[in-house]
Amino acid sequence: MSYLQIRNVWKTYEENVILEKLNFTIEKGEFCTLIGPSGCGKSTFLRMLLGQDTPSRGTILLEGEPLSNEPGSDRGVVFQKYTLFPHLRALENVMLGLEMEHSAFLGKTFGSTRRRIKAEAMEMLSSVGLEQSARKYPSELSGGMQQRLSIAQALVKKPKILLLDEPFGALDPGSRSDMQELVKGLWKQYGLTAFMVTHDVKEAFELGTRLLVFDKVRNDPQSPNAFGATIVNDIKLDKNKRKNKGEEHVKNNETTIATERPL
Amino acid sequence: MRLINLNAGRFSPLLKILPFVILGLVYWIAADARHALNPEDKLLPTFEALGEAIKTMVLVPDELTEEPILYTDTVASLTRIAKGLGIATAIGLVLGILQGTLPLFRSLFSPFSAAVSLIPPIAVLPILLVLFGMEESAKIALIAIGVAPFLVRDTQQRSMELSEELLIKVQTLGASTWQIILRVVLPHVMPRLLDALRLSLGAAWLFLITAEAIASSEGLGYRIFLMRRYMEMDVILPYVAWITLLAFLMDWALAVIIRKAFPWYRKEK
Repeated sequence: MSYLQIRNVWKTYEENVILEKLNFTIEKGEFCTLIGPSGCGKSTFLRMLLGQDTPSRGTILLEGEPLSNEPGSDRGVVFQKYTLFPHLRALENVMLGLEMEHSAFLGKTFGSTRRRIKAEAMEMLSSVGLEQSARKYPSELSGGMQQRLSIAQALVKKPKILLLDEPFGALDPGSRSDMQELVKGLWKQYGLTAFMVTHDVKEAFELGTRLLVFDKVRNDPQSPNAFGATIVNDIKLDKNKRKNKGEEHVKNNETTIATERPL
Repeated sequence: MRLINLNAGRFSPLLKILPFVILGLVYWIAADARHALNPEDKLLPTFEALGEAIKTMVLVPDELTEEPILYTDTVASLTRIAKGLGIATAIGLVLGILQGTLPLFRSLFSPFSAAVSLIPPIAVLPILLVLFGMEESAKIALIAIGVAPFLVRDTQQRSMELSEELLIKVQTLGASTWQIILRVVLPHVMPRLLDALRLSLGAAWLFLITAEAIASSEGLGYRIFLMRRYMEMDVILPYVAWITLLAFLMDWALAVIIRKAFPWYRKEK
């Protein structure tokens, strides 16, 4: 059985079809990159995985179980916008998820539990290279550092899937490539299953083991919202042949879309 | 050089006290002029007369209470305003967070608190007097009723300004509703609530003095309205200055508390 199964998922808002006929499965440890034109439903798809939105039709199964319809700790997320807690120092931002797990009422731990959590959070912090900034408030960190912290915060909960919504969109090119290296490293180190929405085709090829291209197959000029987007290209990127970026397309027979478009 | 680029620099402290000095000078000249015409003038007492009156109210024990009147009045008024604001803050915190965080609670209560906030508090004062008479509760209740609706609505707004992404993020960290309120909403709201409280100080003093003027036997507001009957400007003027100073000190103390207790708050902006 596949790790994550997307079964005939549709998303419609009233008359508007956003996504149609999504049918594919994802194995554990895959790094899926999602690309496609603006407004084609990539983020909507990510929101459904997150539980922020529910499919209008169809089901999403994670390890055979339907996804719960609100966000939970099995799915971690990193948004483009920095989502850090301004009143907590960097280390406390990472500790928060663990603390709430151990203390239902106060959401805060003391004594030996706290020390253990602190050590675990510190380890996570150093794996994103922020051990020097543990005592700083988010507002004292640069954009790239804030995004590293955001990743550490999500990963410390060991989510089953990690969702990244254009996580590097607001960063300068230098920190962007640093972050790509970091995410690649973390993905290997923690054996993550990840989804990343991006607008950068090069980044999508470089980071992903699987590239999902969203676009509309059918288009009615009289009523542009009558048809939704779906996955028009599902490319398995062979990790060993990364050097031939994009040349080694492996067609995935699980995709039920008839029309295949060249990228 | 353009005016917008001109800074006071090292003359800044001087500029700050200048208006106060001018006000003092104008008063001095005016009082002097009036006393030149009529040595018995009560409207603008001279600085000497003011000094004498202050000395009496600060040092001479009252026959009834055996404490100087300024002391009795200050203690009475500060106790009332502290209790009133304490109750208002507690109401603002609890209802504001609940309305801002829980959509169900907001649907239930938001229109109601919006309606309640439109009741002019002074119009409620007769009701409070009927209910509580000369008791302390009437005055405390007026302050609480006057200030709480603003604090509730402000706190609701502040809770609602937390970004959707942040709330999603904390849910993916496994937080329950209670944990979100305790660890995310409360720290976000607290310094902002204290800021709102600073803004309500003016209103709180207004309600306090109104209530004291109408139904009280001691307190700063009671005293100035009592002295008005005898045109004792030498008491009224120092009292007004003293009330202003107290209000200023409260505002300043709140600002210090916000800065010390929430060091991240100003940096965030």
